[in-house]
Amino acid sequence: MIQYMNPSGHYRINRKLKEQRALFVANKSMTYFFLFVMAFIVIVPFYWMLNVSFQSSNEVLNSLNTSLFPKEFSPQNYVSTFLYSSAQQGGITFTRYLSNTLIVAVFSTVGGTFFSILVAFALARLNFKGKELIFTILLATMMIPGEMLIISNYITVSRLGWVNDDGVGSFLAMIIPFFISIFHIYLLRQTFKQIPNELYYAAKVDGCKDFKYLRTVMVPMAKSSIITIVILKLMGAWNAYIWPDIVANEKYKLVTTWLRSSFTDQDATGVGRVLINYQMAATVIVTVPLLLMFIFFRKYIMSGISRSGVKG
Amino acid sequence: MLENKIDRKAWFYLAFPLLLLSVFTFYPLVKTILISIFSQYNPMTDTFGAYLDLAAYGAIFNDPYFITAIGNTMILVFISVPVSTGLALLIAVALNSIKPLQKIFQTIFFLPYVTNGLAIGMVFSVMFSHPLTDGLMAEGLINTLFGLSRDWVGVTATRSDWMFVVLVYSIWDGLPFKILVFIGGLQNISKQYYDAAKIDATPKRRILRHITIPLLSPLISYILITSFIGAFKSYESVLAVAGSTGRLLDRNRWTAVAYVYDKIGNVGLDGNFVSYYSRGAASAVILFIIILIFTFINLNISKKRVHY
Repeated sequence: MIQYMNPSGHYRINRKLKEQRALFVANKSMTYFFLFVMAFIVIVPFYWMLNVSFQSSNEVLNSLNTSLFPKEFSPQNYVSTFLYSSAQQGGITFTRYLSNTLIVAVFSTVGGTFFSILVAFALARLNFKGKELIFTILLATMMIPGEMLIISNYITVSRLGWVNDDGVGSFLAMIIPFFISIFHIYLLRQTFKQIPNELYYAAKVDGCKDFKYLRTVMVPMAKSSIITIVILKLMGAWNAYIWPDIVANEKYKLVTTWLRSSFTDQDATGVGRVLINYQMAATVIVTVPLLLMFIFFRKYIMSGISRSGVKG
Repeated sequence: MLENKIDRKAWFYLAFPLLLLSVFTFYPLVKTILISIFSQYNPMTDTFGAYLDLAAYGAIFNDPYFITAIGNTMILVFISVPVSTGLALLIAVALNSIKPLQKIFQTIFFLPYVTNGLAIGMVFSVMFSHPLTDGLMAEGLINTLFGLSRDWVGVTATRSDWMFVVLVYSIWDGLPFKILVFIGGLQNISKQYYDAAKIDATPKRRILRHITIPLLSPLISYILITSFIGAFKSYESVLAVAGSTGRLLDRNRWTAVAYVYDKIGNVGLDGNFVSYYSRGAASAVILFIIILIFTFINLNISKKRVHY
């Protein structure tokens, strides 16, 4: 107390307060500086993708250094990329790759989600012999990396005659091996488990059949989990690359294969140089639908990914 | 009687999905192990052959490309995961401590979240590009900015150079998910701890070291386990950043998974009469064992380390 009466003591406290305030300001500006730098690093690739995608072919091929913005704004790159085809890749254009991808996406999403719901329902609600055993086996298999299965699955699909098949076989080879996802079953089972038993018994008393109960009570109540699964499935189909690229016939490959195509210079010069502006236009075309999905379904995507620990 | 009826009904729901799972998940699991131990497996006739001799394991450990692939995978795992986890933690703590601009920063940091890995990998490749002959194409962003003419990811790139770019990309790619999880964790920490620290005028660093990190330790170990497992399986990132078009990737840049995929469609036997498929299967099994060991070590460590 006496210290506060003392003028010099008063001064000391003031100085300490000032120091603390200075420290606080320094801390805050450090924090903001750090965040700005990191945010900048995160954004740069997106900017670069757009920048290069709008540069002219002349610019990417014939200048010594790249520039930070397109010298000659060339949106026609996108048109050329859309129409690009090469003989080695079956001579098909983006629209065909896109329709292939949509077919795979729709079938694997609709079918995969439907069967996941059935299995999750049986495991969460019905009583039958071997239920615990099946669930334990499923849980254990969830830990196994998919790379373990690739070689045997390739042999299976090729013995079924699906590999490189010019027709529906290519689609089957891309869809069927990954049709049922154990993780999605697990996710849905956990959601279904949270729905109180009493609802089920009440429905039973009213003479409601199991399937009707699933359709009219459980599915609507688990809506958000189901939407999450649908989105994960769609994104999985959109991003799938290596497996479809290995098994599908040239004419049935997906947009990711198109993305990885060479986009070489087809002018008469005959150099066959890679046109990185086309390449970047392709990456923009592949990235935009994903960003749109992210904007519209952010909530579902985040809950799905934070529960799974995997992307897509 | 009633029990049986219920049983039958349940199988109506389960039959088709379980059939598919058996054919494409359970059966291949066993089969891959069998292919790996019968060294003369023939993929054309789908016969295992008479040699149950594990020779494929010997073959891959004598294969310099497999050793390189494992080395590349290990570098990726043990550098990219700790660095991106640490950075993500710092970013999350920083984000959590500010008010103005927080939402904008959050959105920016979540942007790479749902992108296509191949696409952004290719963008990194373009950013670090370098023309093999001058004037064939422009130098990339990095070479232009720093006045270099180094081949980072092209055919003449050294291992440390292309690996550096792959690492930068992997770290960049791994950030958003980790930041999201850490922010969720930070918001669950009770304010009491920080208020108590504030009263004691505890320095920021001590708060981070003695309050935040211990309270986040379950999440940190969860992130580490899942990211380690993910990084062990990396292939597409290397392909996108340091590969040429399609699935063409220099053999010295293979990862363990790239090695497995390379053997698909490669029918026949190598110089030592070991089937390529057996070698592929053997490397898949090795990868699987490494991942399993890792998961258990991590689980045990995290059980001891998680304290609060």
